[in-house]
Formats: sequence, structure tokens, C-alpha cells
Amino acid sequence: MALCPTVCQIRGGMDLTFDAAHEAFRTEARTWLSAHVPTDPLPSLDTATGFEAHRAWEATLFADRWSVVSWPTEFGGRNLGIMEWLIFEEEYYRAHAPTRVSQNGIFLLAPTLLEYGTPAQKERFLPPMAAGEEIWCQGWSEPDAGSDLAGIRSRAVRNGNGDGWLLTGQKTWASRGAFAEWCFGIFRTDLGAERHRGLTYFLIKMDSPGITVRPIPQIDGETGFAEIFFDEVAVPDTQVLGDVGAGWSVAMSTAGSERGLSLRSPARYTEAAARLIDLFDQCGGPAMSADAVARAYIDAEAYKLHTYWTATKVAHGHTVGPEASCNKIFWSETDVAIHQTALTLLGTEAELLDAGTPGAWLDGYLFALAGPIYAGTNEIQRNVVAERLLGLPRG
Amino acid sequence: MDFSFSDEQTELRQAVRQTLGRECPTAALREFYEATPDRRVTLAAQRWGTLSALGAPGLLVPEVADGLGLSDVDLVGVFEEAGWSALPEPLLETAGLAAPMLAALLPAPSAARALGALVSGNAPVAVGGIDVGVGGPSSPTTVTADGMLRTARVVGARDATVYLLACRDPDSGWQLHAVPAHACTVHATATLDAARDLSTVHWPLSSDTLLAYGVAAEASVSLMADRAAAGSAAFLVGLADRMITLAADYAKERQQFGQPIGSFQAVKHLLANARVKLEFARPATYRAAWSLATAQPTVSHDASMAKAMASDAADLAARVALQVHGAIGYTWECDLHFFMKRAWALSSSWGDAATHRQLVLAQAQRPSPLAP
Repeated sequence: MALCPTVCQIRGGMDLTFDAAHEAFRTEARTWLSAHVPTDPLPSLDTATGFEAHRAWEATLFADRWSVVSWPTEFGGRNLGIMEWLIFEEEYYRAHAPTRVSQNGIFLLAPTLLEYGTPAQKERFLPPMAAGEEIWCQGWSEPDAGSDLAGIRSRAVRNGNGDGWLLTGQKTWASRGAFAEWCFGIFRTDLGAERHRGLTYFLIKMDSPGITVRPIPQIDGETGFAEIFFDEVAVPDTQVLGDVGAGWSVAMSTAGSERGLSLRSPARYTEAAARLIDLFDQCGGPAMSADAVARAYIDAEAYKLHTYWTATKVAHGHTVGPEASCNKIFWSETDVAIHQTALTLLGTEAELLDAGTPGAWLDGYLFALAGPIYAGTNEIQRNVVAERLLGLPRG
Repeated sequence: MDFSFSDEQTELRQAVRQTLGRECPTAALREFYEATPDRRVTLAAQRWGTLSALGAPGLLVPEVADGLGLSDVDLVGVFEEAGWSALPEPLLETAGLAAPMLAALLPAPSAARALGALVSGNAPVAVGGIDVGVGGPSSPTTVTADGMLRTARVVGARDATVYLLACRDPDSGWQLHAVPAHACTVHATATLDAARDLSTVHWPLSSDTLLAYGVAAEASVSLMADRAAAGSAAFLVGLADRMITLAADYAKERQQFGQPIGSFQAVKHLLANARVKLEFARPATYRAAWSLATAQPTVSHDASMAKAMASDAADLAARVALQVHGAIGYTWECDLHFFMKRAWALSSSWGDAATHRQLVLAQAQRPSPLAP
């Protein structure tokens, strides 16, 4: 058997350039962003003023249909593909545009809503989410259910009329929880069921009677996340996402989005790596840091390539499987490495909180340090990689 | 943007896996390792004959020159499979380095002669005389007291009939030669990887063997260094994948404390870390192949990035695979060492990870001011 008869016709296949339509889209995004991105940074989105400033920015994005480019047109998007979304993200970070205050909703909940939502739910929830009118927080973790998410104890029981639920319990570490209008979370609806059975996915209005929010100051002193207490909070059946009792599999689709493609686009890291190289050059290229700088740059670039690779698979009809856990480990550790290297370059200036470059690196470092913890700790992700990609037995 | 392989490329790769599964199983590696020097020559010739009959040496050679006319993107999967099997023969040097370099120099008679020997399939082509450092390619070739040239660490000299050798004169620059084996004196170099054929070659400098000099030779050497980085990255990816697979399989079988050791988180996390490194080395390696195939201006950057990532991935996979195997992995009896030794050798060949990281950093795009 010669290889030739099989392979002589090999043509086409891989093409790592963007076509004219993609380039035109990139130019359109770049032009719009350069005209609209605020020149001065907005106040922190973990303050009341900053939250509203970021919400206003979401409205600006939405007004020209830039807030959710990959969504269907009827919900406020442009019906574009994942590649266009990646291009938009590259331009977004390149333009140093504000952090997306709506990211829990648009990146984590929306893919799940689009997959499991009823037509009425999509119609009700997606457009105001796209416009920044309704900001979402995530109600997953509980005091005794963090990495072990299946240990959730917050419960939902049927109300007296049989048309809805009463939610009782406690959620914690809810990012944006201090200011958000809505919360998506999973609650135990079958109190006799164990672990990941008998859970249901709810959409909850944060001003419902019975909800108490207690903001939690983070490591930087700001209230980025919150505890949410539920005391017989009434939620109608129309706010159940997916089937009753199917909350775990519905939630896992969000978890896949979070770890996989949609939460952390590579532009965030390539942009930070470019700033790191700039800082390295400004510092005179100290030999001691050269390897770490090169490593950080290479890893950011590799994450971008891997994302294009994954996006191609998705475009060819594959779904993102347990490889998403590799992603989550890689981007979170890359983010820490980039910022840690920058702080090393800054040396004695690294601890300064003044506005300007050093302070921005320190903020970024603190933010990066949360990465290996949220969205499923990296230790849990390593278990997933070992069990589902390498086939090792569950311990 | 389409970061995927065609069905035909996948088929080619599967055909190579089947062939090497037959021609180069671990039993064959063991036989090769334990064979006498003469017996190794026979075993290598048999396997090379089979690979040549499939057209492997001439994969990148144009069809008009009796090759298969394929591209680096077609070849990358072949190299990954060769790494998976720890193929002893110099496929990277012959098919990946010598063949495209000679083909690019056609119709020069010296190149045509050497290429004819390569595609005819009787013997591989040996390659030497190029080192990769943070300053780019340099040559280890020196002049001896008797006026011969001396090149250390030539790969494939034992079985080759043609040696592709480079030297660099500080004044006149690079020269590339295709030297017949019979004109050279070869001293085999003992290396940790007994299946790797490394030699010091003494060769006469002659205009008869000259392929290229000056600017043309410099461009060829630079491209050859990029191909070597990208090609060895593909081998290393295959090797890393194999070592992780061997270790994961072992971790499922081996019982301690009444359960498979793979159920312990400490073992899982070692293997997961290696698997993550491999996951991200792959697309970088495929991008380098595409950049070579399409002559991208970023090809050196892309090849260096692939080599840096793949070297690290293979080094970590070797370290982890040994640890997971425990004492049995430290024995001659266990197959793991064939793959570890090749990984160590290739990881430091053609520029190690740290060298390539510096090459990448020097070429990294600096931030540009925002466009208006």
C-alpha cells in the first residue's frame, strides 16, 4: 500500500487567515470602538456608581448592536458566528473597553437560555439582558457546596396554589450579587434525592420578598460578590429553566460555557501579554525576567490558537467536551503568570496603589488570583481532565 | 479561518499509524535497542525500505521530482505518529529537512542527484552542521588540522548515502553541501537513546558537493532551522501523547491500597497537568506547520513557539510518566524509557525550550498605537 493513492488529492483544509468578510467586520468593530470607548476608565463596577456607569456602557453597546453579536437578531444580536465573536472580543480588549458588567448573564446564562429556554422565556429575558437593563448574578455556591456543587441544600417546595415554588436557603460568592436585578441558580426540588439528582434551575428576581442580600467585601475591600439569603421566596413556574429535576444537566451546560469558550476570550490575555512585553521593554529587558515574559506571551498566544482550534470544531458541529477543563486551568494560570511577571518587573513599585500602570497590574493580579478558584477550582478541573479525558477511575 | 485537517489528511495520519504499528511496535524498539551494531543496520534498512515504498521520504517533494507533492500541513500528522512510535530512523531529517531543501534548489545538478537518491528510497539522508541558539542558527562545523571539516552530532549518518552538511565561515558566510557518504569518515557517538543515530563526520570541502552558498545558503539554513523546530515539535507532541497514554493505562491497572492508583487525586493531577500542556502544544505545532506550508512572514516565530511548547510538554510528560510508573518505570524492562529518551534528545535538539522562548520574545509583535 503506497500512501500516494490515498493522499495525492490532499487540498484545502487548514487556513489560518481571516477572509474579507471577517476583516471587514473587524474594521467595523475597531472603528466603532475607537469612537465610543470612554477615554477615562470607568469607576470600579463593584461600587454603586461604577455599576451604573458600566450599565450605561452596556446600553451604548446595545444601541449599535455590539453587546451580543453572536445572538439571534430578534434578541438584540447580529446572528453572527463564533469567529466574529472572537474578532469582536479581540478588538474590544485592544480598545481597552470597560469590563462587561453583564457578563454573568450574556456569557453564562444566555447560552443555557438559548438551549433550554421556552420561547416566552427567551423573549422575556434575553433582550433586557442584551441591553444591560437587567444584570444577572449567579446563585450556585453555598456555604457547604463550593467545589462539591452537588451538595446543594437550598431548597424549593411547591406553593399552595400549585403554580410556583417557594425558595429557601443561602447562596454565596455571587459575583455582581450586591447590585444585580436577577439571579440564576439551582435549588433542590426533590428533598429525598441525593447529590446531583432532584435539582432544578430557577430564574429569580432579586427584589422578590424574602430575599436578603449581604455584600461581602473582597480581598481589595470592594463588594464584588455577595451572600443571598432566601426565605420562602415565591418564584412562578414560568421562571424554571429546563425541566423540574433536570437542574444539574442544565447547569452543567452553563459550566461548559464558563470553562470553555464564552467566559474568557483569548484577547484578554494576548492584550495583557502585549502590555507585559511593553513593560519589559520599558524596564530595559532585564535578563532575569526574560524567560517568564516569553512564557507568559507564548501561553497567551497558545490560548488564542487553541480557541481558534476549538471554534473550528464548534463550527464543524462538534460540542466542547471535557477539554473545557483544560481551558479553564490554562487561562486562569496564564492570567496569574502574566500579572505575577509584571509585578516582578515593577519590583518595589508593585505594591503601590496609585492610579497608573503599577496600580493596574496589581488590580489585575488580584483579579487573576480568583481565576483558579471560581468556575470550579482548578483542582476539580484536573479531576475532570484525568477522569474524562484520560479515563482514570473516580476516586 | 479554518483550523482543521481535511479528511484526507486524517486518513494519511491513520495510514501512518497503522504502518508504524506494524513496523515499529515497542517489541521492535526493544529488538533495535538490544541489537548489535550490524544488526541495527539491517533492521533500519528493512524499516526504511517499507517507509520508502509508501513514499514517506518524498512527501514534501514535488510530483515532477517523483515525490508526493504534499505540504507541511499534511506532514505534521505523519511526524506526530512517528513520535508516537519513537521511530528510530531519521524521517524528520530526510523527509522534513533534506527533501524540501533539496527540492527548493532544483534544478541544480548536485541537488537533483541527492534528491534522486532520497526519493529512490534506498537510504535516508543525514543532516548536520546547524545549531540553533538565541542568536539564531550557527554552525558547529570546524576545520581540522588535516584540512578536513569536522561536524559533530550529524543525525542519520550510519545508514545514509548522502550527507547534507552545513558550515559557516565568518567571512564568506554559510555553505551547504551534499556529500557522498563514501567521501566521509564517520565516528558514531554513543547517546542515551540507543535508537538515535548520531555521529561525528569528517568531510572534505569541495566545490563538487556545493549546493548553495552566501545569501541563498543562509536563507536555506534559516528555513531548515524553522522546519527542524516545527518538525521536532510534532515528534515531541506524539511522544508526549504516547507517554501520557502509557502512564494513564498503567495507572488504571496498578493496584495499591486496594484500588487503582489512577483513582488517587495526587496521581490524577500529575497526569492532568501533563495533559493540559499537551493540549496547548498541539495547536501551536499545527500553526507552525501551516505557516511553513504557506510561507508566512511569522514562520520563525511560529516554529519557535511550537518547539518551546512541545519541548516543555514532552519533558513534563516524561517526568510525570516515570513518576506514575514508579520503580517499574525505572527499569529497562518497561517500554517507557524508549519514549523518554527520545523526548529528552529531541527536546534539547534544534534549540531547547528556553532558547526558543527567547527567539519568540525577540520576534513578538510589540503593541502598536490604536488605529484612528
